[in-house]
Amino acid sequence: MSQYLLATYAVEGQVPGAPSTPEETQKFMESVIALEAEMEDSRVFVFGGSLHGPDASTVITPKAGEVVMTDGPFVESKDHIAGFYIINADDLDDALEWAHKVVTALNHPIEMRPFQATEKVADHIPQKSDA
Amino acid sequence: MTEAARNVSAAHEVARVFRDAYGQAVATLVGVFGDITLAEDAVQDAFVVATERWQRDGIPPNPAGWIVTTARNRAIDVLRRAARGRTLHDEVASGAGSGEAEDPEQVGAVSDDRLRLIFTCCHPALRTEHQVALTLRLLGGLSVDELARAFLITESAMAKRLVRAKYKIKAANIPYRVPNEADLPDRLRSVLSVLYLIYKAGLNTPSRTSLRGEAIRLARTLVELMPDEPEAAGLIALLLLSEARAPTRVADGSLVLLRDQDRGRWNRDLIDEGEAIVRACIRRGQPGPYQLQAAIHAVHCNAATFEETDWHQIVAIYDHLCALMPTPVVALNRAIAIAEIEGPRAALDLIDQVAPDLANYHLMHAARGTFLRQLGQRDAAASAFQRARNLAGTDAERGFLADQVEELTSGTPDDSD
Repeated sequence: MSQYLLATYAVEGQVPGAPSTPEETQKFMESVIALEAEMEDSRVFVFGGSLHGPDASTVITPKAGEVVMTDGPFVESKDHIAGFYIINADDLDDALEWAHKVVTALNHPIEMRPFQATEKVADHIPQKSDA
Repeated sequence: MTEAARNVSAAHEVARVFRDAYGQAVATLVGVFGDITLAEDAVQDAFVVATERWQRDGIPPNPAGWIVTTARNRAIDVLRRAARGRTLHDEVASGAGSGEAEDPEQVGAVSDDRLRLIFTCCHPALRTEHQVALTLRLLGGLSVDELARAFLITESAMAKRLVRAKYKIKAANIPYRVPNEADLPDRLRSVLSVLYLIYKAGLNTPSRTSLRGEAIRLARTLVELMPDEPEAAGLIALLLLSEARAPTRVADGSLVLLRDQDRGRWNRDLIDEGEAIVRACIRRGQPGPYQLQAAIHAVHCNAATFEETDWHQIVAIYDHLCALMPTPVVALNRAIAIAEIEGPRAALDLIDQVAPDLANYHLMHAARGTFLRQLGQRDAAASAFQRARNLAGTDAERGFLADQVEELTSGTPDDSD
């Protein structure tokens, strides 16, 4: 069992392929609700959500024993993460099947990345993974 | 036999077993341990041990089985050391079929492992050059050094490429199995295209000719493992029919066109084998791009002279191919075949339709050059060949194209365009 992050990106504040009319929005909502219900039923869904834009972000940095905060995103870029799902999957092919469904429901590209570890570090130390 | 002779014979036997058994052994070990690097290292070690041991004790009755067993024990040792008193060894040993059983007969059953490994290496989540390198490394047994030379990069760059690909397989959990039915057509396409890329990398460049043999060997394995896949058969037929003509494609470092090739030197055995497969494909009636390309090659191979080529049949197959695979390159090749029936004007009109898509494809410019020259437009032809030359990827092609430019510009007193 592996866990994967399925992330969507906004390009200059716009999510490519996002619905623009009320009818499109209605259809979009329906397909996302159906997708998430299916994920839940299959015990695939771990967590998910959509994020506010990079203008809402704060960067917090350790500096000489203090902690300093600055306004703005960590990386100055055109592209920013807009939302994500975290899913359980048997392997990459299984995850790709879900990625296919997510892309179809959302109508924009996603990036999928495997988690290296997902438990709390404390849970992770005493016994190693079951590989 | 003298001792020296025995050593030589043992060294030959190791080399032969290495070629035949490397991919099988790695695939079996990946199947047992689920770890590519561990499997590779253990198989390498087993071959090192074999080289020493076989010179001393003679070659065992089942050398490939010996390699698998030795490599498996080696991998268990490595894991045992890494486990440091944990119970991992017991788990692995039970997973490995009780660990110590010397069972060389088992080697016959590893074919499925090799198929699984091909699909892992050619997984579309890996970039193409990584798929190619990994397939040649793990299934073909090519060394990092050989791969680096074949792909004209440094050994450390090739090593990095392989490490990166293996890292992704492990981190992303790319499965080690034959894809399910829904995914199979897509995945098989990826495997076939990797094998075809390996073959094409071996064409034209003298230092890479061994890749052609490697691609054919791997394609034969694939057909053996998936005898019911018509496109796998199509690929091996395409490779055999290309290979039959390969030695006549280049002379003195320059490309020789189909019309000028010495047909007497085409390899009849390969042609016969390739044609038989094409005929079997036609009877099966599930055509696909590789089968159709093989069929086109078969028509060429059947013509005793260039003039006797059945161009109507070739155009008919291209029509079919265009319907299945409507790419600009297929349209270009179809236009070139049309030229033989309807003449250069008709071909140029067809090429114009796809020219914008193929602006950086040297063969499009070379075809335009050929047809413009036939129409007497020598300046336009020369500049088309010049563009083709600038875009061409191999020395043999550049040499040929430069000759065309030379020939078109030298005889003209005023070559301003």
